[in-house]
Amino acid sequence: MKRLLTTILAGITAAGMAMAADEKPAQEPIKIGAIFGVTGPAAFLGAPEAKTAEMLVDQLNAKGGLLGRKLQLVLKDSGGSPEKAVSFAKQLIEEDKVLAIIGPSTSGETMQIKPICENAKMILISCAAAEVIVNPLAKYVFKVPQKDSQAVTWIYNTMKAAGITKIGILSDNSGFGQAGKAQLEQLAKVQGMEIAADEVYDKAAKDLTDILTKVKARDVQAVVNWSIVPAQSIIPKNMKQIGLNVPLYQSHGFGNVKYVKAAGEAAEGIIFPSGRLLVAESLPADNPQKAVLMAYKHDYESRYKEDVSTFGGHAYDAVLVLTSAIQKAGSTDRDKVRDAIETLKGLPGTAGIFNFSPEDHNGLALDAFEMLTVKDGKFAEYKK
Amino acid sequence: MRPRPLVPVLAAALAVVALQVAVTAAGREYYLTQTIMAAYYAVVALGLCLVMGYAGQISLGHAAFFSLGGYTSAVLTTADLTPLARSGWGGPLLRLHLLQARAGLYGGETIGANPWAAFGGALLLTFAVALLVGYPALRLKGHYLAMATLGFGLIVYRLLLGTNLTGAADGITGVPPWRLGFGLEISGDGAQRIANYYVAWGLVLFTILLLTHIVHSRAGRAFRALHGGETAANSMGINTAAYKLRAFVLSALLAAAAGSMLTHYSGGIGPSEASAMKSVRYVALVAAGGMANLWGVLVVSATLNFLSLRGCFGSYDDALFGALLIAIVSLAPEGPLQPLTAQGRRLWSRLAGHRVMTTPEGPAP
Amino acid sequence: MAEFFQYALSGVTMGSIYAAVAVGFNLIYGTTGILNFAQGEFVMLGGMIAVSLAAFMPLPLAVAAAMLIVALCGGALEILFFRRLRSHSALHMIVITIGLSIVVREAALHVWDESVRSLPYFTGNECSSVHLAGAALSPQVFWVLGTVGLAVLVLHTFFRYSLAGKAMRACASNYEAAMLVGINTANVRTLAFSVSAGLGALAGCVISPIGMTQYDMGTDLAIKGFAAAILGGLGNPMAGVAGGLLVGLAESYSVKFLPAAYKDATAFAILLLVLFVRPHGLFGRRQGSAVREA
Repeated sequence: MKRLLTTILAGITAAGMAMAADEKPAQEPIKIGAIFGVTGPAAFLGAPEAKTAEMLVDQLNAKGGLLGRKLQLVLKDSGGSPEKAVSFAKQLIEEDKVLAIIGPSTSGETMQIKPICENAKMILISCAAAEVIVNPLAKYVFKVPQKDSQAVTWIYNTMKAAGITKIGILSDNSGFGQAGKAQLEQLAKVQGMEIAADEVYDKAAKDLTDILTKVKARDVQAVVNWSIVPAQSIIPKNMKQIGLNVPLYQSHGFGNVKYVKAAGEAAEGIIFPSGRLLVAESLPADNPQKAVLMAYKHDYESRYKEDVSTFGGHAYDAVLVLTSAIQKAGSTDRDKVRDAIETLKGLPGTAGIFNFSPEDHNGLALDAFEMLTVKDGKFAEYKK
Repeated sequence: MRPRPLVPVLAAALAVVALQVAVTAAGREYYLTQTIMAAYYAVVALGLCLVMGYAGQISLGHAAFFSLGGYTSAVLTTADLTPLARSGWGGPLLRLHLLQARAGLYGGETIGANPWAAFGGALLLTFAVALLVGYPALRLKGHYLAMATLGFGLIVYRLLLGTNLTGAADGITGVPPWRLGFGLEISGDGAQRIANYYVAWGLVLFTILLLTHIVHSRAGRAFRALHGGETAANSMGINTAAYKLRAFVLSALLAAAAGSMLTHYSGGIGPSEASAMKSVRYVALVAAGGMANLWGVLVVSATLNFLSLRGCFGSYDDALFGALLIAIVSLAPEGPLQPLTAQGRRLWSRLAGHRVMTTPEGPAP
Repeated sequence: MAEFFQYALSGVTMGSIYAAVAVGFNLIYGTTGILNFAQGEFVMLGGMIAVSLAAFMPLPLAVAAAMLIVALCGGALEILFFRRLRSHSALHMIVITIGLSIVVREAALHVWDESVRSLPYFTGNECSSVHLAGAALSPQVFWVLGTVGLAVLVLHTFFRYSLAGKAMRACASNYEAAMLVGINTANVRTLAFSVSAGLGALAGCVISPIGMTQYDMGTDLAIKGFAAAILGGLGNPMAGVAGGLLVGLAESYSVKFLPAAYKDATAFAILLLVLFVRPHGLFGRRQGSAVREA
């Protein structure tokens, strides 16, 4: 038994040494850590995010890198588990000594590592949507997706213009769905909307006619669905099937043309707020975002042979914000880069124009959104 | 004559110390972070080892017990109990240190439960739930027991995911450090890492000591009889149901204790800890360690979890666990370390001048 | 009233999906005594392969090809992993099928990707519905129910009248005796796995338009199908259908009274209750010691 243990101990130590003996190139690359849920329940977010981040880093390196140094992406697949995100965050901070961490994909993971990064003075640029990430404000924690409250404001304003006041809310049981649900409930009071039904469904749901039956029985004027999962395509189908013929509003999580395809004809007329990535082609040439959006869309779609989604765009923005700040700071000193992020103004990204400040670690205003609708199987601007 | 359980435990304790000295000397103390987390998961696997390997019962719901412990601690210590503290009950509760004040990360001060009290609460709750579920479930056999425990695990997962008190999908964050006294605390604070390492591995060694004791006692003999044939064991006058229930409850308590402590170490917990996949992982670790082999389970689960938490398997993490399950059960159902352990035991016996043991402790075929 | 009936139809929609999975479970369990946790992966694979093939060939051909491929896979798995494991305990069997399910799922993630796919509706489209007494449901549900019904009917005839079917029944009732009378039990087991995998694949195709197909759908379906099979009584395909519909109905009516967030918890609570009170299922025979101890 003793010999067994010693052998194992020796083995572990040897493995540890081998792992530690990383190659040391002549010029150290700038290390960027990334934690994305590439597999597991958050793969809808994590997979396009990881692909986007890899693509961007490759592109930057092909152009000669930053400040004359190459970039190195240290990518970790959290599988959507917070405990892994915690372990990886500590690893990236202490061992890899990265300059900054981008990700995680979900708000649950982000909230777990927010205090870790704040205590270690590590820049964290989250790709998750929940508002609690930047409110309360942590000095080193930023996020790039638009705020849920802004999306809700757009939805409620559009509804009011259409004379809708009594609504039913559906949300999935992921972090995204629950954060959106909280905002929908909170702002309904302010905006004078009446919530007649408020239901949560499982992210793996296959059929939702039962929940929609409950909603239908409450005589709502419109349905809002807040989720990121495939159920977004099931709800419009089920609504049509049981004859719940009221307008369907979705969240900015609908930003993937695959969901439109999956819902087919039933997707027609869905109204949702979104960044401008999905309608990049039809933007006027003088739109400041147009160049960024077209470049990202073209690069991603030609490299990975799949449709671009707004989720991948979050990783694009995270890398963009970080590299812009490094350039602006002219250094890879972490505190200088952090300060530089707070001074970034008028930076066009995929989610909108970023204007960071010491009080605003999201940097996106209400105009980052636009209301879109589905017309003939494609995304189009919503016009009343 | 069996080797006394104390000797290997002492050897293991030495190994634990040696490992810490080695990584500190090498300036790579950060390896301890994942070693600590792996230790807590190993405690769950060890507890499950008692149920699966020795009592011969399957549980596909152990992640639920782990999260019961973790969530109870997290909820009680992070909840704002200021109103309770201000009420008539507050005085005595504060004086008994059942409540404690803590500073928030972003300013302000709130009053929550003392981690010790929360830990006690977690164990009590787990004890009650394990008894309630175990009593009827352990009367079922094979596939039916698997389904019952799986169903139980899924119910817990759904409740955690659907309840605002437990933070729904985001889980709970901001769990305060657990001050153990003597300047020790269970927390993710880098300065406390070595202390945490010894706390975590202390728990592992305590678990091993406890379980070896049980396995070598009257209860252990009952388990082996039970494994050989339940009807026969029953007719020998062994109350099999009671022994199975005791093993189940004890392993649930171990899982809850590990969950509670890991939650303080990580500073939070999420619902993925309760998922069916997590339960399956524990089963995989026990199967990979050789079912009725405490040391094998310890070594395999600590190593695999360590590597998994370091992200060594990348996107193939789950796939690896699945492949491991298939490979080990179809190729070496006694566990890959079985030949190695047998050799070690033979060596030990020779050193100690005893005859080679003729009846291995392995599970019944 | 229409609302009440709508819940029923909604339950039937989900229930028909669970029933489709449960039939496959019962077929394998009835013949081999293995509870195949990887059954859900057969369903996933069927849907995935059919969606991929449908790009090159007409839909019926794609479905048939998917069934055939998955049936071959099922047979191959049995030969590779279970044939040599006959003597192992239920514990080992459970562990190995769980392992298979994980590996197949992760392989599917790397072969295809994380995005959702679906076959077109067999009749009508996303918006069409059939109205019954003020309530409505998708015509695809009839396809699912029809397929499940047909499968049960064909299985019944097969078990009853064909030689291979009789051999399977013999294995189910007494394995050793079947071996003694000269039945090649190993081949019968392989056949059971193939047929069950093919049935799973067919289920995966017919439910694809309703719930869509993605790499990680198998586990959830397997668990629900498992619940349906146990509720009906393990080993009996017909009871599995009833069990599936009951689970679906229970879930859908639970939504009427409880927050939908607890829908699955309700379904599993009912399952636990059945397990504790009547573990041989609602329609199964009491088998005494096979299920629980005194």
